Amino acid sequence: MQVLMQVLNGLQLGSIYALVALGYTMVYGIILLLNFAHGDIIMVGAYISWLVMAQLGMPPVVAMILSVLGCTLLGVLIDKVAYAPLRNAPRLSILITAIGVSYFLENGAQLVFGADAKVVPAFTDVSTIQLGGASLSFAAVATVVVTAVATVVLTLLVQKTKLGKAMRAVSEDMGAARLMGINVNNTISFTFAVGSALAGIGAILYTMAYTQATPTMGMMLGTKAFVAAVLGGIGSIPGAVVGGLLVGFAEVIVTALGLSVWKDAVVFLLLIIVLIVRPTGIFGRTMSEKV
Amino acid sequence: MFKSVSRRQFVQASAVAAAGLGLVGCGGGNGSSSEGGSDTIKVGILGPQSGSVSNYGIACANGAKLYFDQLNANGGINGKQVSYTVEDEKGDATEAVNAYNMLVEDGVVGIVGDVTTGPTVAVAQASVADNMPCVTPSATAADVVTYGTNYFRACVTDPEQGRIIATFASEQGYKTVGTIYLSGDDYSEGVNNAFVEEAQALGIDVATQEAYADGDVSFSGQITNLMAANVEAILCPNYYEDDGMIVTQARAAGYDGVFLGADGWSGIVGGDSDYASAADLHDCYYCCAFTSSNDDESVQQFISDYTDAYGEAPTNFCALGYDAAMVLANGITSAEEAGLEAGSEDYKQAVIDGIAGGTVEGITGSISYDGTGDPVKSSLILTFDAEGKEEVKETIEVGE
Repeated sequence: MQVLMQVLNGLQLGSIYALVALGYTMVYGIILLLNFAHGDIIMVGAYISWLVMAQLGMPPVVAMILSVLGCTLLGVLIDKVAYAPLRNAPRLSILITAIGVSYFLENGAQLVFGADAKVVPAFTDVSTIQLGGASLSFAAVATVVVTAVATVVLTLLVQKTKLGKAMRAVSEDMGAARLMGINVNNTISFTFAVGSALAGIGAILYTMAYTQATPTMGMMLGTKAFVAAVLGGIGSIPGAVVGGLLVGFAEVIVTALGLSVWKDAVVFLLLIIVLIVRPTGIFGRTMSEKV
Repeated sequence: MFKSVSRRQFVQASAVAAAGLGLVGCGGGNGSSSEGGSDTIKVGILGPQSGSVSNYGIACANGAKLYFDQLNANGGINGKQVSYTVEDEKGDATEAVNAYNMLVEDGVVGIVGDVTTGPTVAVAQASVADNMPCVTPSATAADVVTYGTNYFRACVTDPEQGRIIATFASEQGYKTVGTIYLSGDDYSEGVNNAFVEEAQALGIDVATQEAYADGDVSFSGQITNLMAANVEAILCPNYYEDDGMIVTQARAAGYDGVFLGADGWSGIVGGDSDYASAADLHDCYYCCAFTSSNDDESVQQFISDYTDAYGEAPTNFCALGYDAAMVLANGITSAEEAGLEAGSEDYKQAVIDGIAGGTVEGITGSISYDGTGDPVKSSLILTFDAEGKEEVKETIEVGE
């Protein structure tokens, strides 16, 4: 029983990391940018949920829709304002910009909402699901299911649609893609929109389970998801999911053994080991570069 | 009950730094001397008035100001009015020492402050050389009062809270307990360790001690462990934001037992938002110095005075600020009655001796000192009623 509960705990935590890691991986895959602001988009999504439900008193469905929409628009806006002008600049410039955007969002939220945590009201009245004698947390089950569905949809989108083909083309070679008549800027914007929509969904699942929004909540979440994406092989969709689950399970196993203080250390140690043994991550492709 | 600088505060500190260094050194304008038999007594109030811990600093300062204002309205100390200067230290140890030095230059005879543990330790070390009488409303770490004889506190220490809760747990007849605390945090670990030691001495089995890291939001792994150990009560000596999440997640996981806590729980309900629902807060007990639901007459009077003055209800920190000011004023009274010259070494020592030897009836209980800077005072055990409102479960008297 205890083992089963811990497995579910690991699945839930891992699924949230996976969902965030998917956003990282999408953006990295297409413009090789580590979008450090990704975790903070989730934070904004959580605050939107809080605003809509706790402040405006609107139903949870409206909060969900507005959170996802808000995150999507914010992601596209960040790309247009902060990243697009630097498309041809050195990679380091755009990376520093991403860190700047992250700080801007965190401190902006602190200014607007204050430093203390805001309690996001419950999305549903259902808190547990009875399944064959075991009572499972609704948030945990929802998180696992939604992440699984999101992964399948995302894979189909990238592999089977025209837009997905354009994304893969831009990711292979931006210049050649442009010559083939692909609208590169639109494709990149679309990628940001999809990645940020995932962040919006992540925000809802996160607040469903952990009920609080704070200005810096995206920081550690983003870092862990980044670790997950790199573990799995950044740029790879199955890699992000496997990486996320690995990080989630690693944390829960360490906690279950009573060593919860060492949880973060174990996660980062895992990253170091994988990077030594397999620098491109578990699902990463080794690309030879022609000089 | 305070952590030193956390990551969250660090982020805010960088924001403050980025916002500009232009504010350094304000407030030195009224530097005229008050020494030499004038009819006002100068005191300082030191605490964070801006930055991420400013809510505590402002609350303490408001309580202290209210006390001095009331004292002045009632004729002051020996016919002399008390004038106070509030210095902002922004929650930073270096700023705190600078602010302390400005107060000393300003000629204060005593200080109410500092508020959070980190900066208070810095001020305590700096103040020993001056033998400046200081009363901190709220810094609970043990070493604050150990540098010299000039530092006192109005609140009980972290270890003392741990012992109070352990005694309560023993009275309630709990046999098996577990704990979940914030690893690396002075306050949380201080309460936890003292609780475990005292509980074991009282014959309670501490089945498991679970830790978590700053910024953690998922406690399900620890809760599963605690439930597997079949504990009757869980000690959760953390800050209310975390306590709220832990209680909510534990109840969702099916834990119906008791939660025990320390004064970090203060604020879990009744503020802008409730951090746990009334349904989840059943069987939660925590020790604290102050609650607005205490129907003691002086407490209710304080609440109405405070609300009139500031337009909002007082918190634990407002009451501690008020009491710290009362303790300091008590010391100053003995120095004034002895007819000593303000600012002289004898005067300072007389204030210190006056505090050490006196007893004041504060809002947070009767406060006296038995040779150290730590108070001997009563504590409240609070719980929540069916609507999730705080209520007093019992009062733990001194020496129990």
